[in-house]
Amino acid sequence: MIKTLLDKPVPGTILVVALLGVTAWGVASYPRSIVVFMLFQASIFLLYFARMPRWLKASLTLGTLGVLMPVLGTINAYYMEIAIQVGIFVALALGLNIVVGLAGLLDLGYVAFFAVGAYSWAIFGSPQANLIFGGDFFPLSPWWFFVFLFVGVGVAAGAGILLGLPVLRLHGDYLALVTLGFGEVIRVLANNLDKPINFTNGPKGITPIGRPPIFFAPALRAIGIEPDPNVIYPLYLYALVLLIVGATVLVNRRLEDSHIGRAWEAIREDQTAAQAMGVPLVRMKLLAFACGASFAGAVGVLFSAKQIFINPESFTFMESIGVLAMIILGGMGSIPGAILGATVVTVLNLQVLKGLSLWVNELRNAGVEIFGYNLANLPTQLEPAKYERMVFGLILVLMMIFRPQGILPARRRTRELSEP
Amino acid sequence: MDVDLLIGIFPQVLLDGITLGFMYALIALGYTMVYGVLEFINFAHSEIFILGSFVGAEVLLGLQARGAVEAWSPFLLVLVALLVGMLASGLLAAGVERVAYRPLRNAPRLIPLISAIGVSFFLQDAIRLFESLWRNAFNIVYPPMDVMNERFELTPTIDISVKSLVVIGASLLMLWGLHSLVNRTKIGKAIRAVAEDQAAASLMGINVNRMISLTFLIGGAMGGGAGVLFGVQYSLINPYTGFIPGLKAFTAAVLGGIGNIPGAMLGGLVLGILEAFGASYLSLLTGGAFGAEYKDILAFSILILILIFRPKGLLGEVVRERA
Repeated sequence: MIKTLLDKPVPGTILVVALLGVTAWGVASYPRSIVVFMLFQASIFLLYFARMPRWLKASLTLGTLGVLMPVLGTINAYYMEIAIQVGIFVALALGLNIVVGLAGLLDLGYVAFFAVGAYSWAIFGSPQANLIFGGDFFPLSPWWFFVFLFVGVGVAAGAGILLGLPVLRLHGDYLALVTLGFGEVIRVLANNLDKPINFTNGPKGITPIGRPPIFFAPALRAIGIEPDPNVIYPLYLYALVLLIVGATVLVNRRLEDSHIGRAWEAIREDQTAAQAMGVPLVRMKLLAFACGASFAGAVGVLFSAKQIFINPESFTFMESIGVLAMIILGGMGSIPGAILGATVVTVLNLQVLKGLSLWVNELRNAGVEIFGYNLANLPTQLEPAKYERMVFGLILVLMMIFRPQGILPARRRTRELSEP
Repeated sequence: MDVDLLIGIFPQVLLDGITLGFMYALIALGYTMVYGVLEFINFAHSEIFILGSFVGAEVLLGLQARGAVEAWSPFLLVLVALLVGMLASGLLAAGVERVAYRPLRNAPRLIPLISAIGVSFFLQDAIRLFESLWRNAFNIVYPPMDVMNERFELTPTIDISVKSLVVIGASLLMLWGLHSLVNRTKIGKAIRAVAEDQAAASLMGINVNRMISLTFLIGGAMGGGAGVLFGVQYSLINPYTGFIPGLKAFTAAVLGGIGNIPGAMLGGLVLGILEAFGASYLSLLTGGAFGAEYKDILAFSILILILIFRPKGLLGEVVRERA
């Protein structure tokens, strides 16, 4: 019923705007309710499905993400955190979508490129680099953050080509395993390169990592606002994430319809035929690896600046699978699919499972009794937030069995995955 | 650099490498049998392996609670744990095949691979959930058995622990059993026929689905047995322990030639020995700059190099490449 309503421009627009308004009001009045916030997020997606003029849709999206979300984020800082995380994962998922979804190269070590980007800023944006070069030149001034956004892109793209060059001869599951091995090698290196020369500070990780400068602080003061770092930084990082996501979506869309994108899809569908038709396999595959990796590199730089602290724990195989689960859930090769998948998985992790954990802990501490069983006796190990692998695993298996093309499949992708 | 030291520890390192190698070989058999029959990498095999380890631990801990650890011979205890662990892992592997792989048998080949990764992740946390409800613990420790830690002195510098002997002996027994099963029995013949050509085998009256289930059962049982031996050898396990040994065993299978049973054994031994040497010699040769931590990189580099330069492995024949 909602679908038919959404297809009609006028009632659909009214419905979506009303829903956005009501849920936003709900979030503002019940800032602690997770369910209300999820309803708000869901209505943002309805906005995507509604049929309305382009300019209206664009301005509504901009208004929701650019104004409504930051306002709600100042009411409850946790929501801002979630929004930033969702943005980071959306950008990662869009990057992996190029490699896996468009070019059909299953990459199980994607998080390695994320790590490369994160460590490149972490080392030079913190006193860590002094240990490598000696002297006292580091950390670099915060302004370098913006330079490093591009350095991260470059370094990660380089790593992508480095990985791509030797493995070009492989495809299918052998390629998947080699990328997995590569991801593990990067993790082991990050874990152990604290000697003989201390590059990564080993398992202890690097901190404090510099944040981007608040260059607009004088302007804020001029209009009479004294910036409070605790409020301004989340908003600022959110804006940066939005910018990066915007850029990735733009690049993704342009690539999809360019001759490069067509070449990737040709390789994905049938490598031999593509080669016979004159698609330069080597160059195109390298390009796919480099493109996907460069997004991860940029996001990595932002991630390390946001966290102030990074260690190898953030770059495990688990994370690669998480991003893979996102694009499979959403629909491989589809941009809205990747965005939806990243949002659903992140929200599932950060809100639903964490919320359940908090709830179980409250019940445990209160010593509530159910059917004569005192919940205070529940094992302390039992915390839903620790079982995200179970959820990912279930998502992957069920999706493969029942809907391998994902929730929002790309139009061309549907055909391939529905026939053997 | 102390050359005498390097030469002096050589036999000991070799011995440790062989013990490790047999463990890898046992796990690798699960990958290789499944690959031989279905041309499919059972990514969840590391969890099937670690489930065996957990079941073995539970059996031993259960017996310990009843006072059997003191009363029984430790070899009998390990045997019981081994058999129960093998049974549990075998059944789990066959069940996973039925639920998560069989419906996807005709799908494009990335799909079952992703489903297998999903199963692997699901099982890790399922084991964790069970252990947290049952024992409120994350790490499980095998009950100590003093006899196992006794060491035979071969020469003043070389000794071998009883548990290493148990691991080597049990592995040899299991490998011999599998070899006879595959090469000397009717069931083995049927499995080989299915591996050769499923359609032709079914025309000859072989129940292909049953043979595939059986392959998973046997491969899983081998993995489970390896899991119990792993627990006896290293004592401490947690639900995520299985991933890295599983990956290395896969490397061993690829190294030997995936789909090839003697190849898996050879690959396991070679990898185990290489790793033992990497772990002991790397830090000696580089003056402590690079330590034993880098042995993992060694295994993964071998995996990457083999896949790139000789995907058919040491003993493998050229298989047709499926993309």
